[in-house]
Amino acid sequence: MNCFLKIGFIAGFLAAVLAAPLRLRGQESPYIVTYGHYLEEPGSLEVEYFSTLGTQRGGHDFHAGWLELEYGAKAWWTTELYLDGQTTFHDSTVFTGFRWENRLRLLQHEHFINPVLYIEYEQISEADKIVKEVEGHDVEAGHGEPNAILRQGHNHELELKLLLSKNLKGWNVAVNPLATKPLLPSGPWEFGYAVGASRPLALKASAQKCNFCRENFSAGVEMYGGLGDTVSPGLHETSHYLAPAVAWNLPAGWTFRVSPSFGLNDNSHRLLMRWGVSREFSGFGEAVSKLFRGRP
Amino acid sequence: MSGMKTGVLVLGGLLSSASLILAQADDSKARKSTDARYDYGELSKAPEKARSRRNPMAADETAVAAGSKLFEQHCAECHGPTGGGGKKAPSLVVPEVHEASPGTLFWLLTNGVVRRGMPVWSKLPEAQRWQLVRYLQTLKMDPPPAAAPEAK
Repeated sequence: MNCFLKIGFIAGFLAAVLAAPLRLRGQESPYIVTYGHYLEEPGSLEVEYFSTLGTQRGGHDFHAGWLELEYGAKAWWTTELYLDGQTTFHDSTVFTGFRWENRLRLLQHEHFINPVLYIEYEQISEADKIVKEVEGHDVEAGHGEPNAILRQGHNHELELKLLLSKNLKGWNVAVNPLATKPLLPSGPWEFGYAVGASRPLALKASAQKCNFCRENFSAGVEMYGGLGDTVSPGLHETSHYLAPAVAWNLPAGWTFRVSPSFGLNDNSHRLLMRWGVSREFSGFGEAVSKLFRGRP
Repeated sequence: MSGMKTGVLVLGGLLSSASLILAQADDSKARKSTDARYDYGELSKAPEKARSRRNPMAADETAVAAGSKLFEQHCAECHGPTGGGGKKAPSLVVPEVHEASPGTLFWLLTNGVVRRGMPVWSKLPEAQRWQLVRYLQTLKMDPPPAAAPEAK
């Protein structure tokens, strides 16, 4: 029965994705860690895959990947499910957990600075290496143990971020302070940050549809790191990264991102080479609704 | 092991609530489209300073074509391919939009109508929003309904 339920769920999901019309999209930011204040369009599903190839001193290099299913529930609310996994070279491949993220727009109109509240529940093992954010005293040495040992530790965490973002003369500037509370096992609040700035290569759209127009590319830079915890706040025993980033928005609806993250101190991985691909399915909510209610 | 079970339960709960959200969010949109008329009152909320802004793309020869492309990419899904309206969003070929100043349309694009489902479009650079405004102002108004032929 369980097997039928699983197959039914997957078949339903795929049917809804296939039934959702593809639209031309674009203008995705190049950020991989930092968030701006833009949410998913209502009813749209964005399917994203990201990959991180990381160097590891005192252990084996790794390749961590995560799948994101991002849905615009309302114009002011985006909800997102992450599924994480990793392969540590000369070791093993493991599924490391899931995250459920919600972003809520706090103000109706655009303002000088636009705040969005980010709330995430995570259930991940200590073998998780996607380094989607850095918090507390996260350091490279924490990823050096074999997977068999790391997998024994499981974390249930609540993560809060305040996403502050502003557009100015074509630039987007975003600042994301974050606080994480380990729920099980309980631990002190941990803090971190991510900041970013990005800009499309051209501000005006060209009159023709094109793959290589400058307006389809945007570039920027991110910086992110940990700020300690309530027991031991500050920069000691923390890691920090600087990451140039480029996004290419294809008119066919695909977006590609590339971003090498360079460690800024001895506690950081020397290099986290990231890339990602995403595609948006507009009208996904409507397609799901039809599956439940039938066509009118 | 109990942690694993908790995780499975939590994940199941999340997926179930997500399904409900998906269905309900869309259902509310469908209701709006069938039994409520849209008003264009949001346009009147544009501040005077925003209304009086001039379109810097007014003299740009390619602005309408570029705006048409942007409309197809970002607006047609909800407002229909010709701007005539759809299930989720109102017609743009109505006097309220036709007579709105470029600054008013730019303000609405920038701020959206978030509580009614229109996202903010400030993620498009200013120049592109002005190109869209140029295109919106070229949309032809729907002709008034023809008078019924008199009975002989």
